[in-house]
Amino acid sequence: MIRLAIPVLGLIILAGLPMFVSEYELGLMIGMATYVALASAWALFSGHTHYISLATVAFYGTGAYTVAVLNESLPYPAVILCAGLIGAAMALLVGLSTLRLSGIYFVIFTFGLAELVRQLITWYEVTITGTLGRYIFLDLTAQDIYWQMLALCAIAIGLTAWINRTRLGLALRAIGDDEIVAAHSGIHLARTKLIAFTISATLITLVGAVASPRWVYVEPLIVFNPTVSFLTVIMALLGGANRLWGPLVGAIPLFLLFEWLSVNFPDTYPIFLGLMFIGVVFVLPNGVLAGLDDLRAWLGRRGK
Amino acid sequence: MTLIDVQKASRSFGGLKAVDEISFAMDSGTVMGLLGPNGSGKTTLLNLISGFLAPSSGRIVFNGKNLAGARVDKIARAGVARTFQLVRILPSLTLLENVMLPAVFGHRSHWGKEADRVARQALEKTGLADRAEATAGDLNYIDQKRLELARALAGEPELLLLDEWLAGLNPTELQQGIRLIGSLAGSGITIIMVEHIMEAVRALCPRCAVMNAGRLIADGETARVLSDKAVIAAYLGDADDA
Ligand SMILES: Nc1ncnc2c1ncn2[C@@H]1O[C@H](COP(=O)(O)OP(=O)(O)OP(=O)(O)O)[C@@H](O)[C@H]1O
Ligand SMILES: [Mg+2]
Repeated sequence: MIRLAIPVLGLIILAGLPMFVSEYELGLMIGMATYVALASAWALFSGHTHYISLATVAFYGTGAYTVAVLNESLPYPAVILCAGLIGAAMALLVGLSTLRLSGIYFVIFTFGLAELVRQLITWYEVTITGTLGRYIFLDLTAQDIYWQMLALCAIAIGLTAWINRTRLGLALRAIGDDEIVAAHSGIHLARTKLIAFTISATLITLVGAVASPRWVYVEPLIVFNPTVSFLTVIMALLGGANRLWGPLVGAIPLFLLFEWLSVNFPDTYPIFLGLMFIGVVFVLPNGVLAGLDDLRAWLGRRGK
Repeated sequence: MTLIDVQKASRSFGGLKAVDEISFAMDSGTVMGLLGPNGSGKTTLLNLISGFLAPSSGRIVFNGKNLAGARVDKIARAGVARTFQLVRILPSLTLLENVMLPAVFGHRSHWGKEADRVARQALEKTGLADRAEATAGDLNYIDQKRLELARALAGEPELLLLDEWLAGLNPTELQQGIRLIGSLAGSGITIIMVEHIMEAVRALCPRCAVMNAGRLIADGETARVLSDKAVIAAYLGDADDA
């Protein structure tokens, strides 16, 4: 009960916060919620399987672009539904073609995917519709967006918690340890990975869709920015991608750090991003939470 | 009743015929030793049966169905389990989770209490029950081997493939190991065991097949096969293996 009560209480408090903060602070909170949702959704697939996907922005951007294209012709809930369906269809297609790849090939393919989608949309807009760049006019306040994003955070984390207790969760963890053993135990590798990848990518697409009205003006170069993919990976890994709260723990401080860096060092901040990436991988490969556990175990041994 | 019928199974790597038109059949509940010098194709043959490798040609009929070339997980669910020559466990999972996998996804797929019971029973059989919650990566080599066998058993297989499972055990552990496999055979599981330890082969396998350079050079009653001239020549020809 307690384990459910605390997160629910936290969610209620977070939902009430916009009444007490400035517009600037609300903007920061939307940013934080966006990255918590992205990192949690990313970890839903990559956390246990250790398949490092750099396709985050391919789906995020697709979500945003779907809203940009449809916002004037369909009611908002229908637009969001379409974004989710498009994201799921794209994830199935990508998953079927890539999940047989292993390790580094998967990373490279997913990285290329974002670029491919961006180029395809640019080409389509320029040659077919003759426009590049669209406006999003939606009657949504910053609060509305914040609440929707908070809901996506709750869904991503809640879904992860639930999956962890199902057969799917067990299968994903086995796949992360040794696919050959997993298969010899009777696990259908392709199907298992495809299901988790599709859930994860659909959530990421929805995050892009919900976040998009903040931009007002959208074009491929803006919404398919590869930094989003890298940030998501760093955040999830820093907190601990195979832990339920790891992505959240990583996303909040890193978002604030990068927000500060991008304001104060706009030109050099990508360098910090790169250093951070390397640092996380080398120093805390299992994330801060696992690092804290190790530290506690070490202190415990010294205490005796 | 015939459980498995291997018909002219072959597998080559480039120009090398690692398994060359091997045929044999086994009745349910029987045990067969699979012998042969290093590199003669024993592991490859097990890989063909477990589906880890697809045969280049031939049929592998299991319970009346041809499973040659089927996916590994499908063959596992059909009731074939194995251990690996180089131990493979899931190091970051607990022992219980390791054995839970085939209990959940394997031949009889259980969930909840029943999966837990089957998994714990498999740990019990291999003497690991008291460490169910330990992390598998922390186990020593011998216990990892035990865990691997427990994992194979948790799938409640009809056919068990052991690839030198007894290798590397000390004399006491070897005796325990032989007793354990003997009890599995007694419980009706069909077993193919690749083994270099003759003491174990004589104790456990009424029947033996011998491979050399991908071909089956002998198959029959163990005492007769072991005194067969071609078999002795194959082993002597492979001086490193003495
Ligand atoms: N995946 C592979 N690719 C290429 N060649 C292989 C492969 N697997 C096995 N071989 C070759 O096939 C032959 C048979 O190998 P296999 O491992 O089946 O022998 P084995 O009888 O199990 O030997 P050992 O007693 O040493 O375990 C060897 O020459 C080996 O080098
Ligand atoms: Mg071998």
